[in-house]
Order: sequence, then C-alpha cells, then structure tokens
Amino acid sequence: MSDSQAVATTVDAGHAGGHAAHPPYQRHHFVSMEQQNETTNFGMWLFLLTEIMFFGGMFTAYLIYRNWYYPAFVAASHTLNIIEGTANTGVLITSSFTMALGVWCAETKRRKGLVWSLIATFILGLVFLGIKADEYHEKWVLHHVPGTYFSAQAFVHPTAEDGKPAEKPLAPDMAAHTEVYFSLYFAMTGMHALHMIIGIGILSFMLFRATRGAYMDGNIAFVENFGLYWHFVDIIWIFLFPLLYLISRYS
Amino acid sequence: MADLQTEHHGHEPEQHSEHKVVSPKVYGVIFLILLVGTALTVWASYWDVGPWNAAIALGIACTKATLVVLFFMHVKYSSKLTKLTVGAGLFTFLILVGMSLADYFTRAWGQW
Repeated sequence: MSDSQAVATTVDAGHAGGHAAHPPYQRHHFVSMEQQNETTNFGMWLFLLTEIMFFGGMFTAYLIYRNWYYPAFVAASHTLNIIEGTANTGVLITSSFTMALGVWCAETKRRKGLVWSLIATFILGLVFLGIKADEYHEKWVLHHVPGTYFSAQAFVHPTAEDGKPAEKPLAPDMAAHTEVYFSLYFAMTGMHALHMIIGIGILSFMLFRATRGAYMDGNIAFVENFGLYWHFVDIIWIFLFPLLYLISRYS
Repeated sequence: MADLQTEHHGHEPEQHSEHKVVSPKVYGVIFLILLVGTALTVWASYWDVGPWNAAIALGIACTKATLVVLFFMHVKYSSKLTKLTVGAGLFTFLILVGMSLADYFTRAWGQW
C-alpha cells in the first residue's frame, strides 16, 4: 500500500532489495562504509610500514658506512649538485601539497579541481625525475657511477673549479671508499625514483578515470590511499636529501 | 551481541564520527612550513657546529616528516587503530635501526 512499508519489507526479506540501504561500492562483507574505509586505510598503512622497513635497511647501511668512512662521505657528498637537490625537494613537497588538494577535491566532489590537482602532481613528478636524470648524467660524466668505469682520482687530486676552492685531498685508500657512498647514493635515490615511476603510473590511471567522472560518488578510497603512498615517497626524500646532499657543507 | 553494539554506539560518539575533511588552508600552512624547513636545513648545513650538523639536519627532517604524517596523511584526524598502527610501526623501526647501529658503532673500533 505505502512505499515505506514496501521498502521495509524488502530490506528485512534479505539482500535482494538491500542495496537501497548502502552505497553500491560497499563490499558485502563489511558492516558499514566506515568499517570498509577503516579496513582499506589499515591495509594501506601496513603496506607503507613494510616499505618503511625496506628503506630503513638502506638508511641503516648508509649510517654505518658514513660513520666508518666519514671523510670519503663528506668529499663525495660535496660533489652532489645542491641547487638541483634543493629544487627537487621543493618540487616533491609541492607535489605532495597538490596531491593533498586532490584528496580534498575528491572529498568535496569537485571534479575539475581533482583533475587539475592530479595533473599538477603528475607534472611535478615528471619534473622531479627529469632533474634526477640530469644529476645521474653528471655522475656518469664525472666517473662517479660505481663499477669498472668508476674513478676516485678526483678525490685524491682535487682541482679548484669555477671559483670554488679545491676540496681537501683524500688518501688513496679513503678515496676508494667514495665508491661505497655512490653505491648507496644510487641504491637509495634509485629505489626512491622507482617508487616515483610506479606512483606516476598509478597516478596517470587515476587521472584518466577522474577525467571520466570517477571518484565523484563518494567512493574515494583509491584517491586517499594513493595520496598516502605519494606522501610516503615524499617522506623518504625528506630524509634522503639532508643525509646525501648536506653532509657538513661548510668544510 | 547486537544489543551490546547498540549500547556501545551511544557511549562513544567520537569513535564513530564522520570522516573528517581537512581544509586546504591547513594543507597550505603545512606546505609553507615544509618549504621553510627545507630552506632552513640547507642554510644550517653551512654552519660549522661539529657533530650538531647531523643532529640539526635529522631534527628538521623528522619534524617535516611528522607534519606530513599528521596532516597530509591525516593521522591526526584518524581513528585509534590507524594511530596505533603508525605508532607501532615507528617503534619497531626505531628498535631495528637503533639496535643495529648500537651494535656496529660499539665494536671493531679501528678495524674498518
């Protein structure tokens, strides 16, 4: 007779009409959307913790070798391009900011805002990788890539350049340890760059979906959890930058 | 069981609060602090304060990372489950790194 009665009966009767009671993107094994969001968020954080442990191993190796071969680490660190390193830090922090804005746009159902935030994040990610590639190229030119092509000669016989005074020369055995620094440099920044590349890949998929109107129905767990990943990659760089680039720059 | 749950509902309203939307203003302020922190850490690396250089650099990095975790990653506004997860992860991380370093730094002096 009345509609309200009909709805009530179908809901009670079983799941056939139950979809009226919850959003279509709620999985059936969750009691509520709150529980579903909580679960995906928890899962994402567990994944990020394994990532933190993974990078933690490399940070530990770095700290041990830095403690052992400190003069080599100082000299090798000074060959890094501080302008490009600082610029890249700014680029990555800005991309984290635009990603955070993207999450806000998804939460408040602003389609254009979300698309533009993701485009900005995408471009900034590419800029970061571009600057990183230029730095890697410089390492190659200077024979600072570990392997058969590596040369520590510049650390034994440093030369003054571009008005900068020459670095203090290192004994040949200590100079050889700069290769350890560059191995860690490439391992850590390389792993970080790999995470950036994977992130940009997922980001472009999300951007494609956002241009087609996705994430406007309140189903934004994907955007939120990608945001967590992107900020995590930012945090890794926040530690890499001072550890690799800024070892006692005054000397 | 069902009764227990409904009862619980009434007693802890803050536990069942709606998903908190963090405003762009908050993001903007954190963004600016992060940029200032970056400038500060570069600047600080040019002072000669001996062993304090590393401490200052790591201190600024930890502050920046904490801000990112709390605000950009919403942990400040998250449930107790998320907070406990992040806290437990950080604790385990510090144990692993701290004890490994304590071991390496206190043996085989002069052997490397």
